Amino acid sequence: MTVSILLTGVGGQGTILTTKILSSALADMGYEVKMSEIHGMSQRGGTVNTQLKYGDKVYAPNIGEGEADLIAAFEKAEALRALPYLKKGGKIIMDAREIYSLPVLIGQAEYPREADLELRKVAGDISVIPASDMAEKLGSIKAQNICILGALVKALGLQEYDWEGLIASMVPQKTVDINLRAFRAGLAY
Amino acid sequence: MLGGEDNLAKAIMSGDEAVARGAYEAGAKVASAYPGTPSTEILENISLYKDDIYCTWANNEKIAVEIALGASIGGCRALAAMKHVGMNAAADPIFSAAYTGVNGGLVLVSADDPGCYSSQNEQDNRLYAPHAKLGMLEPSDSQECLDFTKAAFELSERFDLIMLLRMTTRVCHSKSLVMTGDRKEPEAKKYESNAAKYAMLPVNARRRHVAVEASLERLKEYSYSSPLNRVELNDTAVGVISSGMCYMHAREAFGERASYLKLGITYPLSDRLLREFCEKVDKIYVVEEGEPYLETAVRALGFDCLGKEYTTPQGELDAQRIRKAFGLGEKPETYSSAMAVPPRPPVLCAGCPHRGFYYAMMGYKDRLVAVGDIGCYSLGINAPYYGFDIAVCMGSGFSIPIGLAKALEAQGDGRKVFGILGDSTFFHSGFNSLVDAVHNKANVCLCVLDNSITAMTGHQQNAGTELSLMGCEVPKMDIVEMIKSTGLSGESIFIVDPIDQKAMKAAIERALEIKGTAVIVAKSPCALLKEVVKARGSLHCEIDAGKCRGCKACVKIACPAMAFEGKKARIADPASCTGCGLCMQQCKFDAIRKVV
Repeated sequence: MTVSILLTGVGGQGTILTTKILSSALADMGYEVKMSEIHGMSQRGGTVNTQLKYGDKVYAPNIGEGEADLIAAFEKAEALRALPYLKKGGKIIMDAREIYSLPVLIGQAEYPREADLELRKVAGDISVIPASDMAEKLGSIKAQNICILGALVKALGLQEYDWEGLIASMVPQKTVDINLRAFRAGLAY
Repeated sequence: MLGGEDNLAKAIMSGDEAVARGAYEAGAKVASAYPGTPSTEILENISLYKDDIYCTWANNEKIAVEIALGASIGGCRALAAMKHVGMNAAADPIFSAAYTGVNGGLVLVSADDPGCYSSQNEQDNRLYAPHAKLGMLEPSDSQECLDFTKAAFELSERFDLIMLLRMTTRVCHSKSLVMTGDRKEPEAKKYESNAAKYAMLPVNARRRHVAVEASLERLKEYSYSSPLNRVELNDTAVGVISSGMCYMHAREAFGERASYLKLGITYPLSDRLLREFCEKVDKIYVVEEGEPYLETAVRALGFDCLGKEYTTPQGELDAQRIRKAFGLGEKPETYSSAMAVPPRPPVLCAGCPHRGFYYAMMGYKDRLVAVGDIGCYSLGINAPYYGFDIAVCMGSGFSIPIGLAKALEAQGDGRKVFGILGDSTFFHSGFNSLVDAVHNKANVCLCVLDNSITAMTGHQQNAGTELSLMGCEVPKMDIVEMIKSTGLSGESIFIVDPIDQKAMKAAIERALEIKGTAVIVAKSPCALLKEVVKARGSLHCEIDAGKCRGCKACVKIACPAMAFEGKKARIADPASCTGCGLCMQQCKFDAIRKVV
């Protein structure tokens, strides 16, 4: 049995760190873990996808269309873009945060404001979590990713692990406190 | 030969990190590279071991290979890493160094990019191994990246061959569990003068050609029983031959019932191993990205197989593509939506000085034709700047214009040809091209977009920076002095801050008037550089909604920190706005100001 998770967002949102923390914990729990991140030009404001698979035995690290058990989207339009990857019956956790791409900013394209409603209609199992708002209230929008991590942990049923210890060891020292609070908020949402 | 009685520790590593770790454990003493996605992190991670491994960012891949070669001949284990196209730049030393062979083990890493995630082509560098006469290993995951790197050093010394570790983007940038061990330094090999082996004059080269062929033959013998290759014999109705990440995809696509020949040593291929496997199975599938490299070897032995006819040479493979290509069952069901998702292409960052250059150039489109190059400034090709028409390879941004200018002149096309490249590309090979332009009095304007760092690959030091990869203070090359050293008159050299639109436009206009070679140095540091971010503090721009008339002049610069909503422009992302002021220069209504 392999579980496949796709994390998607925009360069700078911290999807890669989130995947790193998640995979460290899964490895610590004794699973075989593989993650794949394609970076390069994409870090300049483009879409960033990281893919994580865990189970008893994992071969390829990447996830094909219709194969993701869980999609964690850090941005609304990216949740819609990732939809083809969702397995039938799979779940989407998403932040309704909107980040406009350049074609939208300069008026060449329309932003899909109702992407969350559309996803609910098409796919069904959607949790919209206001992670960026919650993180901002806690003091920094940058903790959005760790807030989503909390929601992910809950969705995967992996609460029985010392997540707080791991997060504290993996985020910048100055941000430990806010990240722990963001994690708890995501877990409780 | 793999493993040992080490203090084993478990870690999650990318393929690149694991290669660095492997080099460290193998006792490598020298490593060099020119940055290039997806290989960059190899040297970045080797620099973590800088107390044990001397490491450098070379100005180009040829130099990186030559530095490693020198260390090898001198008796040290050495490594050079490059992206696939970098190996083209390094091909000159590689082909002849293959004849000299090694003293200390010499490992070259080529990171190929099937699918062109960050590259200008998807060439398959496995073909270099037979062509250049290198032994070749292909790892499939991070553990193999570590183990095969160590094995490559041993094989290099044992068979007196240069070993090529061939990776792909998916191997370089995927992370998986790795057992690490200790560093073991091999016994020091003394440098001894041996011109017959290391000086490739014709008389020696002829003899060394015989020697390298014999070495390859010995490695081929070894390959038959090497643990780096693996036969997984299950049901023999289907046999799959594969290597690298393709093996992992094939393993998912064909499942547990099929039999596999997973090749770790992919040059020289063991005929005997291939033949024995092919004879045991009924139907042979060859799964590989790029060229029909393994397939050709299988067919040469007289076996029929299914391969490139189905998988094509283009793009990256995955389990689904393999299933679809060979008709192995249905694609999983998916959800779909008719709602359009706007594209999110990579863009020049907020505050990027390149934006100032390209925006100023937009006003002169009818008077010039531009040639670009490889770097962050490649993004200037996109809307709204459409900054250049041509981009091929490192350094060509300064040499293609020389020929293009002649062609335009022959057609009576009066437009001036501009060449565009960055500081790191200037050091890589752009300077050579500049010398040609000046020497031949080419009627071109060559522009160095100097942002004081190798930016696209994530801020690596280069010859123009004050620090080296190892964090040492080093002499900083002065690009303007280098340009002056060509003898070009100071009146033809323009040094400007590209954000300053008045100065930038004046430079372009004057360059257009010059008959002959002009050079523009657009100098302003990358907005993401740590020291630049620190010096900036909280500086950013603010738009007074009361004064904004909604003319959109500021939005036209296409800055990702800005938005236009409700008929007003605003700074939508003040955290990423650097307060560069490019938008401010467009506003006729004094609505934008800098604030701290």
